[in-house]
Amino acid sequence: MNNYETWSETRASAIIAAHIGREGPMLPILHDLQHAFGYVPDQAIPLIAGALNQTGAEVYGVVTFYHDFRRSLPGRHVLKLCQAEACQACGSNALAAQAQKALGIGFGETTPDGRVTLEPIYCLGLCSLSPSAMLDGEIVARLDASRLDELLVETDR
Amino acid sequence: MSIRVYVPRDAAAIAVGADKVAASIMKEAAARGIEIEMIRNGSRGMHWLETLVEVVTPQGRIAYGPVTPRDVVGLFEAKFYDGAGGHALYQGLTEQIPFFAKQTRLTFARCGLIDPRSLEDYRAHGGYAGLEKALAAGPVATVDQVFKSGLRGRGGAGFPTGIKWKTVAEAKGTQKYIVCNADEGDSGTFADRMIMEGDPFQLVEGMTIAGFAVGATRGYIYLRSEYPHAKVALEAAIEAAERASYLGDRVLGSAHAFHLEVRVGAGAYVCGEETSLLESLEGKRGLVRAKPPLPAHVGLFGKPTVINNVLSLAAVPHILAEGPEAYAAFGMGRSRGTMPIQLAGNLKHGGLFETAFGITLGELVDDIGGGTFSGRPVKAVQVGGPLGAYFPRALFDTPFDYEAFAARDGLIGHGGIVVFDDTADMLKQARFAFEFCSHESCGKCTPCRIGSTRGHEVLDQIIEGKNPAANMALVEDLCQTMKLGSLCALGGFTPYPVLSAIAHFPEDFALKKHHLEPAG
Repeated sequence: MNNYETWSETRASAIIAAHIGREGPMLPILHDLQHAFGYVPDQAIPLIAGALNQTGAEVYGVVTFYHDFRRSLPGRHVLKLCQAEACQACGSNALAAQAQKALGIGFGETTPDGRVTLEPIYCLGLCSLSPSAMLDGEIVARLDASRLDELLVETDR
Repeated sequence: MSIRVYVPRDAAAIAVGADKVAASIMKEAAARGIEIEMIRNGSRGMHWLETLVEVVTPQGRIAYGPVTPRDVVGLFEAKFYDGAGGHALYQGLTEQIPFFAKQTRLTFARCGLIDPRSLEDYRAHGGYAGLEKALAAGPVATVDQVFKSGLRGRGGAGFPTGIKWKTVAEAKGTQKYIVCNADEGDSGTFADRMIMEGDPFQLVEGMTIAGFAVGATRGYIYLRSEYPHAKVALEAAIEAAERASYLGDRVLGSAHAFHLEVRVGAGAYVCGEETSLLESLEGKRGLVRAKPPLPAHVGLFGKPTVINNVLSLAAVPHILAEGPEAYAAFGMGRSRGTMPIQLAGNLKHGGLFETAFGITLGELVDDIGGGTFSGRPVKAVQVGGPLGAYFPRALFDTPFDYEAFAARDGLIGHGGIVVFDDTADMLKQARFAFEFCSHESCGKCTPCRIGSTRGHEVLDQIIEGKNPAANMALVEDLCQTMKLGSLCALGGFTPYPVLSAIAHFPEDFALKKHHLEPAG
């Protein structure tokens, strides 16, 4: 279960300032902002742009390029199901359908009660023990229908 | 005297419960008053046996696996801590398990053997002998030895590492960089992850040698965000190396400085392409750069940069320590040395198998891998990740070698092998190749950005039975455009899985709703 801080400009500025002076500080800043707030709030974009002497458009371009960075708060739990080839060879498509049915949402969506965000992921590097998944940062391999049901139960908490 | 037990902290082991197994063993040992020294090692690479528990005996390390927390009490009852053979999960001496015994482990010699958090253990197993020899030999001789070893880029392109290093060494510049490409995004690959988690000092040493050889004082490891365990392992190794002066302003008391840092990517597959990776490290969108100029001349922040894959850099300490001839003695043709091959997907014995180049695809899949996990016949094998070709059984005599795979319109890429059983639909796999490319395209060049989207749209039409003959011709034409016109391998190689699926599995592309169509 995720616990994020609420938006604070002071806190965001401190995160940004901690990376100024490093080579290529953009990605470390965005990661730390997302770690703190659960996503990269739009209010942070002008702060980053000012600190790095870039335009807001440039920062926006980076935030939206990378799949990892979110622009809104995710559900309390994030379930990522690997959909890459090795997992496909071991039934990941059926597991995706099972999760989507159980949660009533598609990939990239969050349940209306804000409980779970479901996402595809392209490879966790556990391909010898496919299919695999990640729930709130914890990795699971040799996933099958009953293990997936257990993971879905964990998201009820 | 305490009993030494090894339980891997490799992510694949953790994903099947290794942390819980380790905790159960310690709890049960305490309850029984047995003193156990627990070491969390890397994986031995026999992933179907994970969690593989090893116990040190006078005869060697005895393995038990696959162990779940439920098995722990039974293992104690069977006196596993003495290496006793009575338990169903008893596998005998680890290094005599056939999958392990058949390998030639050079890069993975220490992975799973040592404690990856211990610099002392690394040194006790030959670690840092390569750096010491490099410092004694000098930078020019170090580059020369890497060249003589025949080492080629293990990321997939197969470019000679020695030539790359020589170019950077000869480039003029006050600041040069070593960048390690640890954005191992190909499905079916995990060798980089295993090295970073199981023997991280070897990568640190390889990068330090590279820095010394070309005159670079800073290094970055660009690690994909999907590998949080590798990040922890690498940062612990870097910190230990700094404390012991293997990194810092004066490496081992020499005049050479080398500083190393881990940077985490953000889920973009295309950032495994070297120029896109450099853009990302600089803090930009991961847009591919046109080449030339080469990164060796104009790389990170415009400076001369060596950018190598994890496995290339990790092979270097062994080459320096044992000499280039010893490395080049393995292999075939222009593929010298060993390749850590990753056996994945629907396979009974999946894992890491390091061997000299030249082993055939059939040996890997049938003999080493043991056929499919599902027990059904093997239909197709994708070699080299999402951009690699699908091979049918008819091509199982292909030897694992850069040129032999190229001659059959395939590639070995980063050495990943993904096995599919006969339930696979190759039309859907071809469609996925286009879809993945459109999902991951950086958008800079038109053939990749638009071609990938048009590709899966056209295959959708074929799946629906619309104009199949005309649409198949269109797909093949589109593939030629992408192959010849894309800026990098993402768009350029997406045709490999598509065209190989069409060529080798025509039955899956047969006009399924033929009756809806006029003939032709």
